[in-house]
Amino acid sequence: MSKARFDVKSYPGFVQLTVLCLLILYLPLMVVAVYSFNASASIVNWEGFSLRWYADVFTGPESAKFKLAARNSFVIAIIAATVATAIATLAATAMIRGGKFRLRVLSLGLISLPLMVPEIVTAVATLIFFNSIGFERGLLTILLAHIAFCIPFAYLPISARMQGIEDTYEQAALDLYATKRQAFTRILLPLMMPGIVSGYLLAFIISLDDFIITNFVKGAGVETLPTAIFGAVKQGLKPNIMAISTMLVGFSIIMVTVSYFVGKKDN
Amino acid sequence: MAGGAAGGGSTQGDTYKEVRTWLLLPTWATLSILVLVPVLLMLVYSFLTKEFRGGVIWEFSFAAYDQFFCDRGLFGDEPCSIEWTYITIFWRSIWQAGLATILSLFIGFPTAYFIATRPAHVRPLWVFLITIPYWVNLLIRTVSMRFMLREEGPLNNVLVWSGLTDAPLQMINTNFAVQIGLFYSYLPFMVLPVYAAVERYNFSLSEAAADLYASKWTTLRRIVLPAVKPGVIAGCILVFVPSLGAFLAPDLLGGAKNFMIGSLIEEQFKGNAGNWPFGAAASMILLSVVLIILTIYARQQARAGGKER
Repeated sequence: MSKARFDVKSYPGFVQLTVLCLLILYLPLMVVAVYSFNASASIVNWEGFSLRWYADVFTGPESAKFKLAARNSFVIAIIAATVATAIATLAATAMIRGGKFRLRVLSLGLISLPLMVPEIVTAVATLIFFNSIGFERGLLTILLAHIAFCIPFAYLPISARMQGIEDTYEQAALDLYATKRQAFTRILLPLMMPGIVSGYLLAFIISLDDFIITNFVKGAGVETLPTAIFGAVKQGLKPNIMAISTMLVGFSIIMVTVSYFVGKKDN
Repeated sequence: MAGGAAGGGSTQGDTYKEVRTWLLLPTWATLSILVLVPVLLMLVYSFLTKEFRGGVIWEFSFAAYDQFFCDRGLFGDEPCSIEWTYITIFWRSIWQAGLATILSLFIGFPTAYFIATRPAHVRPLWVFLITIPYWVNLLIRTVSMRFMLREEGPLNNVLVWSGLTDAPLQMINTNFAVQIGLFYSYLPFMVLPVYAAVERYNFSLSEAAADLYASKWTTLRRIVLPAVKPGVIAGCILVFVPSLGAFLAPDLLGGAKNFMIGSLIEEQFKGNAGNWPFGAAASMILLSVVLIILTIYARQQARAGGKER
């Protein structure tokens, strides 16, 4: 191939803009993380390193509120992610291993529905739904709403993984007189595990982080971590909120990283 | 949330075709009952009569849409002239979301291009780096942006210290802050599809253009851009659509003067205004706009796909 007159792969300024992009994405979170270690009670001045706001989160005057909110958040996220992942795994099996069928496109549309409808619209619709059937708002309404919108997030990595696995393994098992159930549980499911774990973790984070839908369907007095943080921020940004936020951000990053490496494994 | 899971994928065998109905039943049940039926119910609610202090009376009424579009004077008995309040809010949302999209394209395109031209083995790591912020709590990210932009915040400190400005700038509670917030929220959505398109781009086309004495920027504009256009359009939609219905950025960064459609909707169900049919109608209008955009996009995708074959 002839040598081009210039390097077609690099443009002046693109490196700088990439650096700017990463700075914009990460700097605000880093600054808040740094200020969460501030010894001062004001968020303006820096008075040296301290863990006092982290201690305050766990033992301070508002600790009971935060603990309850954290427990709600984690219980809902664990159950919602588990149920959504189970539902999504079954759906992916039908969609990828079920041949072609008429309702396939429609099912795909239904699964992507929570991704296409703006979140605030889903929130309004869900609130109206629970209200009209007289379902009292509380933890259970949050859980049900979370299960629904977690399904597509669990479905995406699971179906992607299943597409990458040829069905010859199951065919071989069936040829050796395994039942379909055995082929599913002994062959497909173990091969699917990285996708399932990855989908579970993503669903878990999506549930843990959700604010808008939760804010609509939660009952009065019921709080999850994001709604508690939102309520506190409305009163003014305090250092203990920065400490909680930093912990939650750290937790999400760990989960995503695990999900990334599990999903990548022998793919 | 953003659209675009529609890829969904091809089939790989039909081992479980006899039981596929049972396998899909939980999905159908959950999503129909908890998403589809509620959205249809919301459509019904938008044609009902409001109950004061929240809720509805089951009486058919156009009042919600009438309130959105029609100004009927002080006593509500004049003929309909256009009511600008809500159209303005809607228009502002479109404007803000549009500016955020342009800003994301300006930063996101070069980033995507840069990542796509790295050696193949480090690209996934770059992509991962761009993806992480998406998985971080949007509320916390928006709060962090508020912290950055506030009057005695780090950004103002840097500006004053470096002598770029004499006094701290008022950035929080402005349209500018909302644009920055939306841009910051959805920037990863721009980078990822553009990256996917540039990665598939055949760079020997650029080399051919260069050999034929096209300048560097002409090559980018006339050769690269048309080739990666589908990725750019996908990125723009993925940023624009969630920005349009955003609640957190306008609420936490914009203040009362910079109301967007998301805040308007929220207020109908939370605040003192409390008009459920009106909130349902505003949601329906927002949903319609989003679905129209997605449908046009899907049509064009299908047409482009048909042309290739």
